Amino acid sequence: MLKPRALSLFIFLSIIWLLLSGHYNPLMLFFGLISVLFTTYIATRMDLVDKEGHPVHLTWKIPIYWLWLLLQIIKSNIQVSIRILSPKININPEMIMIPMNQKSDLDRTNYANSITLTPGTVSVRLDESGDILVHSLDNIFAKELKAGLMEKKIKNLGN
Amino acid sequence: MSYVLDILSWLLIIIGSYFSIVGAIGVLRFPDFFTRLHAAGLTDTLGAWSILCGLMLQCDSFLTIIKLILVLIFIFFTSPTGTHALARAGLASNLKPWKKQ
Repeated sequence: MLKPRALSLFIFLSIIWLLLSGHYNPLMLFFGLISVLFTTYIATRMDLVDKEGHPVHLTWKIPIYWLWLLLQIIKSNIQVSIRILSPKININPEMIMIPMNQKSDLDRTNYANSITLTPGTVSVRLDESGDILVHSLDNIFAKELKAGLMEKKIKNLGN
Repeated sequence: MSYVLDILSWLLIIIGSYFSIVGAIGVLRFPDFFTRLHAAGLTDTLGAWSILCGLMLQCDSFLTIIKLILVLIFIFFTSPTGTHALARAGLASNLKPWKKQ
């Protein structure tokens, strides 16, 4: 029953409980332990503790990716805000298909979420074939996405 | 030290307010549903994050900071999901995207 991934879920949940509760007397700690054990048990029974439900293998790699993503988000936030505030609205929205080579659902979700998080591009539909329909606000956002740097970064997360 | 933190915190809150207000203006000014989603994205991302980070610098207790970080993480995961669901619903009900003339 005790798989490594379940153990790591137990540790994560314990840390979150300790950080959120703020009660550290023995009785409360005991209740916390029970609820954490119970949650881990239920999650294991429901087969949720796998690569997708508890992606612990991404713990060290994903913060670096998030930092890069944050820079992209700041950049495109500024670009979109310039377009909003310009006296005459000068945008050229279009729907484009972006090929997506990621195989695992986790990577595909990560990619689509990153596209939507960056202002200027919104992922509208994911096809079975692995392509992704994106609505972009202006040409430069579409061009940047087509260059495929973000996809490469996601691929480097390695799944 | 607390003086520096105060200035930094105010700076972040002002940046967040700027992007929230500009996002709201964009929702009013842009021509159709899909382009308005982009404007709302400004409020969702830098607007909310920057205000939350500014508030973190005002906190006295460590536990409150943790709670604000959790709020930030939840916004980070839920807001693109919500935007995607809206865009997909718009496409599914045959909404034509606005095109430049």
